Amino acid sequence: MRILIKNGRVVDPKNKIDGVMDLYIENGVIEDIGEDLDYDASDLETIDATGKIVAPGLVDMHCHLREPGQEYKEDIETGTKSAAAGGFTSVACMPNTNPVVDNVAVVEYIKNKAKSVGYVNVFPIGAISKGLKGEELAAIGELKFAGIVAVSDDGRPVENANLMKNALLYAQTFDTPVISHCEDLSLLNGGTMNEGYVATRLGLRGITSASEEVMVSRDIILAENTKTTVHIAHVSTKGSVELVRQAKKRGVKVTCETCPHYFSLTDDAVLGYNTNAKMNPPLRSAEDVNAIKEGLKDGTVDVIATDHAPHHFDEKNCEFERANNGIVGFETALSLGMTYLSDTLSVSELIYKMSVAPSSILSINKGTLGAGKSADVIVIDPDMEYTVNVSEFHSKSKNSPYDGYKLKGKVIHTIVDGKFVMKEGII
Amino acid sequence: MFDVHKDLLGLKDLTAEQINKILDTAKTMKYILQQKNRKTEHLKGKSVVTLFYENSTRTRLSFELAGKYMGAFTSNITSSGSSVAKGETLIDTARTIDVMGTDVIIMRHGMSGAPHLVAKNVKASVINAGDGMNEHPTQALLDLFTMKEKKKNFEGLKVAIVGDILHSRVARSNIWGLTKLGAEVSIGAPLTLLPPEIEKSNINVYSSVQEAVLDADVVMGLRIQTERQKSGLFPSTGEYARFFGIDPKRLTLAKPDALLLHPGPVNRGVELSSAVVDGNSSLIDEQVTNGVAIRMAVLYLYTKGE
Repeated sequence: MRILIKNGRVVDPKNKIDGVMDLYIENGVIEDIGEDLDYDASDLETIDATGKIVAPGLVDMHCHLREPGQEYKEDIETGTKSAAAGGFTSVACMPNTNPVVDNVAVVEYIKNKAKSVGYVNVFPIGAISKGLKGEELAAIGELKFAGIVAVSDDGRPVENANLMKNALLYAQTFDTPVISHCEDLSLLNGGTMNEGYVATRLGLRGITSASEEVMVSRDIILAENTKTTVHIAHVSTKGSVELVRQAKKRGVKVTCETCPHYFSLTDDAVLGYNTNAKMNPPLRSAEDVNAIKEGLKDGTVDVIATDHAPHHFDEKNCEFERANNGIVGFETALSLGMTYLSDTLSVSELIYKMSVAPSSILSINKGTLGAGKSADVIVIDPDMEYTVNVSEFHSKSKNSPYDGYKLKGKVIHTIVDGKFVMKEGII
Repeated sequence: MFDVHKDLLGLKDLTAEQINKILDTAKTMKYILQQKNRKTEHLKGKSVVTLFYENSTRTRLSFELAGKYMGAFTSNITSSGSSVAKGETLIDTARTIDVMGTDVIIMRHGMSGAPHLVAKNVKASVINAGDGMNEHPTQALLDLFTMKEKKKNFEGLKVAIVGDILHSRVARSNIWGLTKLGAEVSIGAPLTLLPPEIEKSNINVYSSVQEAVLDADVVMGLRIQTERQKSGLFPSTGEYARFFGIDPKRLTLAKPDALLLHPGPVNRGVELSSAVVDGNSSLIDEQVTNGVAIRMAVLYLYTKGE
């Protein structure tokens, strides 16, 4: 299949390209980028991208596809469909499935399923500890050999500091990034939302920022002490951003990610006991939101990931305390970035944090429009204003707080390996 | 969202006007309560069901009698003897009650926001009889009624609430109600028992009982729960009683004609000394009586719309 995308603003941060030019795809790879490209029109699909942005397919290094084991809320097919709709051409899925991704068989299962029904590239993340129990190391070497791109116990913190220390050292032995879910469970206190005045008004127990920051601090110290690398997942507080900032200044090999909800919503979104605003870490205060944005601006926060966490209607349509944590995120992520970070990041910087940076941390050779690279490309309409309608989501689950929100900027075409998986918004 | 006219979920949702309406109606109801034949037809043919997921003596009985005094059919469901024990969800339980022709569901639940969820899913009026740490509106209303009977005016009235404010839905409902009506509220508790950022509600926050009750017109004690001791919030009830308990000596710091209130049941010797519970300032029994009157008023106001 041959595709020629003409006249779009090509934004390829990896190769420092940002300008109006054409992009030519043949046989699943990017063949050519330049002005006024001219190719034989036979069997050629030409896309007029005037006024649109042409970018590398986005890379999500933190999502939950729920397969195997929880297919009632999402599976690899519907999850990747949803990812494609959001402009993600590569996703790394977390291991808290059932069974857990702590053995080669499950890795193989995911890879094979993704190959047969997946709409985008799927990169499995393995567990740090067996069964995510936080007691013994999982077979990280074997898992790496089988194809995982990182390890994480996400969903849970690694409570035992000594195990975390060993995990950092052992994973580094196999060049495997460690993604840390930072949370001190003893400070949780039955909390279900951010500690603050909104929680007081709603009579809900609050989760102190200290719960996240205490662990961020611990993991930075462990990485520093062992001279290893650590990636902090879903940073949500001012304190966490500051800790990472100072650590980077000292030369600690730490990277971190945030999610769109942490730069677009505060804990006000919970008012009315809105379970679609319940996630872990929770939505925080305006001060935290500003600090996250500052962190994105000055480079402290390296990546924007979705933490796409689908849940069934019944798991959210219940008492707030009982509702599951998490929201879906693939289909709103880029639009939220373009709408809420327009004063914080340039388009190129935004795309960098959603493609180049995560790709680099996971060493997966994506997030680029270089010649010869696999043709994972998206076309974005930066001026399209639309209202989010969760019933149109391709995910099996619709648990999003953004229903009815007016956003600006949307992915209209998604190309994976040189083939359209979404055209004009239709999968 | 729920409808303020259909459901009574909390005092933070009511205006001062609406609160006063309930207090005025309760005055009439109290009069009826004091008659020899306490039966009226205000709620004749109406069905009132209490759905309690937590234990209660006062509140449940109070609502049941309130309904009966006004001629309603009343019925009680507790979670332990019901299908809730089989795992039935809250929404399914509430809907089942709703479609049997129930006009009012009075519910108490251990999780904040539970009545809000139910209110969204049933046609019946929902009255919150206590949800988690959130609110207990009829308790606060009867407290306000008790204060109004004796002190007439809320504007500038100094009310001190002492105890485990953090976990108390009674304290919260009172704070929302009193501040709306213009009272000056002071709370006193060890720092571990104060709700985060509560000072944003425009009240005075103290970590000593002496400062909280100084010059108060009304002193309200709250029940200390031993579970809180286990979660490390304070070391023992003895220590709590010594530093935060209200005894006759501490009560003298308040105004001489100060009222002493407590939602009950009282841990005698912990938050209130027995002397104070049985003393002249105590209106604890009056509160219980007023509770029936308030609940009669609430049932009347929230069903007559139909």
